[in-house]
Amino acid sequence: MKILVTLKRVVDYNVRVRVKSDGSGVETDGVKMSINPFDEIALEEALRIKERGEAEEVIVASIGGNEVQQQLRTGLAMGADRAIQVDAETPVQPLTAARIFLELVKKEEPGIVFLGKQAIDDDCNQTGQMLAALWDRPQATFASKVEIADGTATVAREVDAGLEYIEVDLPAVMTSDLRLNEPRFVKLPEIMKAKRKPLETLSLDDLGVERAADIEMTTFEPPPKRGGGKIVESVEALVSELKAKGLL
Amino acid sequence: MSRILIIAEHDGETLNPSTAKALTGASGLGISDIDVAVFAADPAGVAEQAAKLEGVTRVLSIAGEDFAHALAARLAPEIKALADDYSHILAPSTTFGKDVLPRAAALIGVNQVSDIQEVIDARTFKRPIYAGNAIVTVKVAEDQPVVATIRTASFAAAGEGGSAEIESRDAQGSDPGHTRFVKLEGGGGEGPDLASAPVVVSGGRAMGSSEGFDIIYSLAKKLNAAVGASRAAVDAGYVPNELQVGQTGKIIAPDLYFAIGISGAIQHLTGIKDAGTIVAINKDPEAPIFEVADLGLVGDLFEIVPALEKAV
Ligand SMILES: Cc1cc2nc3c(=O)[nH]c(=O)nc-3n(C[C@H](O)[C@H](O)[C@H](O)COP(=O)(O)OP(=O)(O)OC[C@H]3O[C@@H](n4cnc5c(N)ncnc54)[C@H](O)[C@@H]3O)c2cc1C
Ligand SMILES: Nc1ncnc2c1ncn2[C@@H]1O[C@H](COP(=O)(O)O)[C@@H](O)[C@H]1O
Repeated sequence: MKILVTLKRVVDYNVRVRVKSDGSGVETDGVKMSINPFDEIALEEALRIKERGEAEEVIVASIGGNEVQQQLRTGLAMGADRAIQVDAETPVQPLTAARIFLELVKKEEPGIVFLGKQAIDDDCNQTGQMLAALWDRPQATFASKVEIADGTATVAREVDAGLEYIEVDLPAVMTSDLRLNEPRFVKLPEIMKAKRKPLETLSLDDLGVERAADIEMTTFEPPPKRGGGKIVESVEALVSELKAKGLL
Repeated sequence: MSRILIIAEHDGETLNPSTAKALTGASGLGISDIDVAVFAADPAGVAEQAAKLEGVTRVLSIAGEDFAHALAARLAPEIKALADDYSHILAPSTTFGKDVLPRAAALIGVNQVSDIQEVIDARTFKRPIYAGNAIVTVKVAEDQPVVATIRTASFAAAGEGGSAEIESRDAQGSDPGHTRFVKLEGGGGEGPDLASAPVVVSGGRAMGSSEGFDIIYSLAKKLNAAVGASRAAVDAGYVPNELQVGQTGKIIAPDLYFAIGISGAIQHLTGIKDAGTIVAINKDPEAPIFEVADLGLVGDLFEIVPALEKAV
């Protein structure tokens, strides 16, 4: 079985993102970029499945300009076997991303496609579900535990009410939640080795994908600031402030 | 044709308050026809609850044994089958809505607008991106249906007093069989529901252990509040995952929020930025939580929290 893992290049989660003063977007110049944290977790899970002998090959894929090769190389250094860059000059929205991944699925025929539950830049939380729809296969979103046996997977999903367990027939789409695992650190020799692993570049034309209509983004603004707070000196003072506000 | 369809969230018996919040978001669109679809094994009870919500025109009651658990692979084609009659298809932005609606959107052939926090007009919305560090205004093209999830923390629940007609519909598809519900492990904790409680008391990594969390539960009980937690506290196993507040946990808007031993990471703050009053208790006066807290108290929580419980 092959596992296809998608890696999106995003602004690192530690960066405090700022909106450009003209409202045309967010400041990304000179900002640290990383693999979307959920995708790193998805890759870690795929690698563990392979290390347990339940998969033979882990392929990482990313959509974007040549800069995404950085994140693909990091994925290879973590332990993926090969990488696919789907060249796209302008960012793709979830439906287009799902169409692209569907074509990769047809080419590679993986048993599992593992995505992050959401990209921490657009916070859409759509692509995995869309891929599962287009592929007409099961989806196990927000996975916090995955067990594989006899062509099915049992997945614990983090839902608002607690943990939901579902069983899905493979092939299936999974999306990772934070508690699925803790991704490994990459070691220097692995980075060297990763340079020699195969990285293929495909275009949207190669894959025969047409972009879906985008949702237009007109203006960006910073979130409203919460009013400056007040430090109280004692529990009594806190209680009387809360009483004054009618909250107690 | 302008007509809205809201996909109801429920547990088979009770309509989830998230549906009434999505309804409030929908009523801002300026479209008077609002239908609610209830997919359930036995939808009658939930459909009646939905019909009572103020502003609902019609409830579509769709029965099917295989609707007993909300499986996206089963529900998405049903939503797609209804889609032609609607200009807007909405669901609450809960794990239910987030799971099922993008699958339906892909079948319909459009991108989804995730987490609407403000409605500008019927096709223009504001939504948070970058963990709430930026708000983007998005516009859906005229020739496309709007498929969107509504950020429940941004809208109050619609009231009751309506009496919409209930219309039974037949399910269109059948169970693909490839996805099976096994079980739900719920905390099933006592006390009010975290997503809708007016007062929430949250603890962080500083609680140190699940026993350490006892003082949080105890204060919450005294205040009739729900208990929440930071991701660090959940990851450490002090409390179950459904208590996590934040970007990847629950987004909540209580009137009063206590952040106790929580540093105030941006991912946590995303979950509480619509709270009425935020109280922070932390021993580090430089903790970022104090930048957003309305009231702060610097000191050791293990002294402050029991004292606070006595004082209220
Ligand atoms: C993609 C992503 C998504 C995330 N999503 C979420 C999310 O949804 N929700 C979330 O909460 N986090 C989330 N996080 C994690 C987040 O970045 C922080 O790591 C986390 O919120 C820290 O939790 P904490 O404040 O409890 O712990 P810490 O940051 O360790 O803070 C503990 C605080 O307790 C104080 N303290 C210690 N002892 C005492 C004492 N005796 N009395 C008083 N104060 C004391 C300390 O001064 C400190 O401020 C996410 C991270 C990533 C990368
Ligand atoms: N351009 C992209 N390149 C690689 N993976 C992507 C891309 N866009 C989306 N994904 C994957 O889809 C997941 C969900 O993204 P989203 O629906 O945008 O929140 C991400 O965590 C990635 O795994």
